[in-house]
Amino acid sequence: MALRTPITKRFISSSHASRSISSWWKHVDPAPKDPILGVTEAFLADPHPDKVNVGVGAYRDDNGKPVVLDCVREAERRIAGNLNMEYLPMGGSNKMVEETLKLAYGDDSDLIKDKRIAAIQALSGTGACRIFADFQKRFSPDSQIYIPVPTWSNHHNIWRDANVPQRTFHYYHPESKGLDFAALMDDVKNAPNGSFFLLHACAHNPTGVDPTVEQWKEISYQFKVKGHFAFFDMAYQGFASGDPERDAKSIRIFLEDGHLIGCSQSYAKNMGLYGQRVGCLSLVCEDEKQAVAVKSQLQQLARPMYSNPPVHGALIVSTILGDPDLKQLWLKEVKGMADRIIGMRTSLRENIEKLGSTLSWEHITNQIGMFCYSGMTPEQVDRLTKEFHIYMTRNGRISMAGVTSGNVEYLAKAIHEVTKAA
Amino acid sequence: MASISLSSICPSAALSFQEKCKDKTKSSVLFGKEKQPLYMKTKSRGRITMAVAVNTSRFDNITMAPPDPILGVSEAFKADTSDMKLNLGVGAYRTEELQPYVLKVVKKAENLMLERGENKEYLPIEGLAAFNKATAELLFGADNPVLHQQRVATIQGLSGTGSLRVAAALIERYFPGAKVLISSPTWGNHKNIFNDARVPWSEYRYYDPKTVGLDFDGMIADIKAAPDGSFVLLHGCAHNPTGIDPTPEQWEKIADVIQEKNHIPFFDVAYQGFASGSLDEDASSVRLFAARGMELLVAQSYSKNLGLYAERVGAINVLCSSADAAVRVKSQLKRIARPMYSNPPVHGARIVANVVGNPDFFNEWKEEMEMMAGRIKSVRQKLYNNLSAKDKSRKDWSFILEQIGMFSFTGLNKAQSDNMTDKWHVYMTKDGRISLAGLSAAKCEYLADAIIDSYHNVS
Repeated sequence: MALRTPITKRFISSSHASRSISSWWKHVDPAPKDPILGVTEAFLADPHPDKVNVGVGAYRDDNGKPVVLDCVREAERRIAGNLNMEYLPMGGSNKMVEETLKLAYGDDSDLIKDKRIAAIQALSGTGACRIFADFQKRFSPDSQIYIPVPTWSNHHNIWRDANVPQRTFHYYHPESKGLDFAALMDDVKNAPNGSFFLLHACAHNPTGVDPTVEQWKEISYQFKVKGHFAFFDMAYQGFASGDPERDAKSIRIFLEDGHLIGCSQSYAKNMGLYGQRVGCLSLVCEDEKQAVAVKSQLQQLARPMYSNPPVHGALIVSTILGDPDLKQLWLKEVKGMADRIIGMRTSLRENIEKLGSTLSWEHITNQIGMFCYSGMTPEQVDRLTKEFHIYMTRNGRISMAGVTSGNVEYLAKAIHEVTKAA
Repeated sequence: MASISLSSICPSAALSFQEKCKDKTKSSVLFGKEKQPLYMKTKSRGRITMAVAVNTSRFDNITMAPPDPILGVSEAFKADTSDMKLNLGVGAYRTEELQPYVLKVVKKAENLMLERGENKEYLPIEGLAAFNKATAELLFGADNPVLHQQRVATIQGLSGTGSLRVAAALIERYFPGAKVLISSPTWGNHKNIFNDARVPWSEYRYYDPKTVGLDFDGMIADIKAAPDGSFVLLHGCAHNPTGIDPTPEQWEKIADVIQEKNHIPFFDVAYQGFASGSLDEDASSVRLFAARGMELLVAQSYSKNLGLYAERVGAINVLCSSADAAVRVKSQLKRIARPMYSNPPVHGARIVANVVGNPDFFNEWKEEMEMMAGRIKSVRQKLYNNLSAKDKSRKDWSFILEQIGMFSFTGLNKAQSDNMTDKWHVYMTKDGRISLAGLSAAKCEYLADAIIDSYHNVS
């Protein structure tokens, strides 16, 4: 397609002349595929009848179908014909934020009563983490973020795009497929005083390995000694054990110890609102006045990013959590999802063991939440995909939500095939 | 490194830490009435391993952010108890009864979606495919060769703001040091977006206070004077805040100088269909540039024209000179979006796709848009009529009729705008912008009185 370029262009310096004929975008390379979301793309493109998607962490029922919770459908019916699509305030829906804080901090939290929490509605967990990372950059410009190894891959992208330098701390212990607690504590102790740490509140993604209550207490104590800042990413509250209160235990331990934490919450999984992008970012402050100031600065970061957050998902959340019956229904449905996953963990482990595998698979049932860190290598994962049409991320992470009674035997067989001694 | 144990400072430190921390009152005994943590007091001694900084915040030095000049207006309006109050601040359409308006066709689309019982799975990073197709077709025209040639990279974005921000991040990443030229004045949030994206910007003359019209010569001169290869931010139609748009002839000349300087046009299209009432007419500036073979960026919003404000639906389009470039650019737009919000919200995008995809809905939408644009045109006229009739000074207020879209630049300065609010309870932004979408025919006379008073009696 010829560009109509005036003659004058040809006398401009050569670097510009070449631009006038070809594209501005010559120097733009194709971006690598997102390691997680790219898996689903590949899965969808595969025509094989037995294909299994245990890639992205979206819940599936036992028929492998996406689920919209009954409480959500009911909430949608109630809000249909909503006469107001006006902009939410920059901080989002106050009602939704209030209910959301109760989940993380406790219904009777003094921090909530004393209005010490600066909180805004955010674009799910990603958006909450990103606003926090930008906030950290703006108000603690010399700070770094300590990120566990491994972590959800997008955490690295988020803090990188926010221009906050990253350090790592030990977390996963490959030999035991559990927590490397000693090394974790060493890293906490050796970090400079007042460092910022990213912690997964429950159901660590991708490993499914969580500290015990005692271990959390020790971590909290050491954080106090060092004056570290704890930022909790809680994307699976309710989804891990089936009990939201229990899943928030790590946060409550830190709060009891007086930490002024930050927290990202998401309703993507526990309310099945994935595509609605509903979440919350909160920061505990010294007093109400400071919370007001901090909230105003969080809004200041949101305004040039998206102005104000989307309303639909927030309305669903506040409708459900604001109605005792609907809330009870939700709690029941969340437990149902968690229970199904726990059941599949047991089933997968038993099936592999039944096939005579000499390896230990107890980590499948020791780990918690949506994901199982299988310990498989990238090469083994590639074989699973090529030979068995099983899709997962190359770090060996299995999304247990994608395992069903219909595919668990096939999955076990395939895993055994690629991991057994040659 | 000196090491001071807690117990040397406070006798109760001999107790176990866990016991102390269980009770807030106990910790105030530990640390005294002041909230100062121990390590701050001993800071000057260098690094000391100290225990427990209870109740210290890193956010001590954080000050209150200034209220947003636009969104802050609505907040002030809500707090005003006067019966006469009028909100001409934020650009959200109101009916003659000054109520928010949900388009009928949107309600129909939502009901359809509810009946279908669609799921809530994550959209891909680039958003809903049906939406992306629809939005590019609306913008360029379904028959535009650029679409058949697959030269447009489109991803769904968080309304206009979010789309602008992703584009700004693309500019920062691939054109480091390149400037964006923005009109003087422009929508207040443009500067915030480019600042937060770390993209340098400078202004080109646009508004001429003497004529309350376009400073065309100044605009051309400033675009010419900028370094080659700058990005020029243009409002596709219904310039915000002035309501002053270039004529088609002027658009041609703007395109000429942009091509001459090898600049990249960057359109912000927030009012397609809302300005003239016609989707095609309001896209004519973008289509003019595209027809010249220029590469360009376009941010779109469905906040106003489909009334989907709070659903945050929009798109960023990058028209490239080749399909290959479009593929690469799209992948990089996705890479920017992923660490910002992962994937965009589904609800609003589905509404748009359903409305545009259904011929009956689409026609209904066009009718409703004409109705909204028509109401605004008629209050413009009525306001002008009142101003002409009531202003004894015979000032020429016809610039109001020449402006287009939701906003009108009244020519009032800050002090005069303050008078509008303080004396007349008319809420507007301090740059003299009023949102005609918030004006009813019934209030035109009152508003005219307020404007005349502020203009003539306040300086």
